[in-house]
Amino acid sequence: MTAPRPYTLVAELTYACPLACPYCSNPLDFAAQRAELTTDDWRRVFSEAEALGVMQLHLTGGEPLVRKDLEQLAAHARKIGLYVNLVTSGMPLERARLAALRDAGVDHVQLSVQDARAESSDVVAGTVSFDQKMRVAAWVKELGLPLTMNTVLHRRNLDHVEEIVALAEKIGADRLELANTQYLGWALENRARLLPTQAQLDRAADVAASATKRLHGKMEVLFVKPDYFGQRPRACMDGWGRRFLVVVPDGAVLPCHACRAIPGLVFDNAREKSLAEIWERGDAMNAFRGEAWMPEPCKSCDRRAIDYGGCRCQAFQLTGDARATDPACALAPAHAIVERAREAAERSADADGAFVYRGSLVRERRV
Amino acid sequence: MTNVAARPKLASKARLKWDARDQKHVLLSPERGLVLNASAARVIELCDGTRTVDAIVDQLATTHEGSDRVQIARDVDEVLALLCARALLENTP
Repeated sequence: MTAPRPYTLVAELTYACPLACPYCSNPLDFAAQRAELTTDDWRRVFSEAEALGVMQLHLTGGEPLVRKDLEQLAAHARKIGLYVNLVTSGMPLERARLAALRDAGVDHVQLSVQDARAESSDVVAGTVSFDQKMRVAAWVKELGLPLTMNTVLHRRNLDHVEEIVALAEKIGADRLELANTQYLGWALENRARLLPTQAQLDRAADVAASATKRLHGKMEVLFVKPDYFGQRPRACMDGWGRRFLVVVPDGAVLPCHACRAIPGLVFDNAREKSLAEIWERGDAMNAFRGEAWMPEPCKSCDRRAIDYGGCRCQAFQLTGDARATDPACALAPAHAIVERAREAAERSADADGAFVYRGSLVRERRV
Repeated sequence: MTNVAARPKLASKARLKWDARDQKHVLLSPERGLVLNASAARVIELCDGTRTVDAIVDQLATTHEGSDRVQIARDVDEVLALLCARALLENTP
């Protein structure tokens, strides 16, 4: 089939990160990956993405600030007209470097904040970080950059959404993303500790809805519902190989950041082939593009062009079959898996246990 | 429109980009892209904080001779309302 136009490049520059969030979207075996792309590799990737039609660039990781060449990468991206989003934990960062990044061409900063208060935020981050994040937020505003605060929601902070909104207002965020955890990878490992009850979720959704209304035109408030609680799956990545290109630290080009865990897919590498060739003809990129791969009930579903059959990674991680209908869908043959997890969450089984933190890259390297 | 500044200025977070591929202007902002038609793009180009709303309408009426000033004023209002609702104008009075 003819490849659609990609609009967004997610550049995962490194998997290294000073934080250890238990819902990290990096792969479970991130420490075993090959060497990172060089500065020149990334510059070429950005240019090739722009030529394909990409407009938005997300500089992310891991923690992109760990890359010493981040200023050079941002400068190149800006020069070729990409809108440069820096997606960061705010660590390690000093004001002078943030100013340099702004001058280089960063358009927008998305700062993660794990919870409304220092203690609970630091527990989730797995490291002392909240106060630094507040300093970074202030610098972002002082330097005149637009600020998005991003908080991943789960069982242990959903009851704090009111405080989280207040914090976003206090730090002057232009946007607030309240993104419920997606239960893949590390988050699936921690699902029993993270999955909320229906009542928690409903309350938080109400708070978010009234904040959205109250702050209209001042602060954009986005509430991303968890697919486990919907009747239909989410349109993962807006469809496989449709709008998003993800390039991971070692140069592999993916339709989604998590799909490397799916066995049997052949991933091309940006070191070896052009992005255009990979986007248009790559094996993995075409594996679930369009509708030809769909089983029933997706194949004849009137929502197949709305949700694209849901998330392939979730289908694989929950059923072992990446072609299965996403179990988040109430029509999926394997939907009972999701229902059982929700029932367990209502009973609070295991909910207070300790998190399995994302392994530290530094520690892995020392072994 | 109560919220639009006397001299509207595009917010610094928003950037107008010419998309050579689709031959259209796009207004880029954090994680968003608004595809614009030609007249919306012309309005936005004039939102630089130096012109009043009337001056923007006058300018467009001059450069597009024969077009209806009332219609142009309506188009300008519509574009400004859209930018305002998306917080894409500077808040300065």
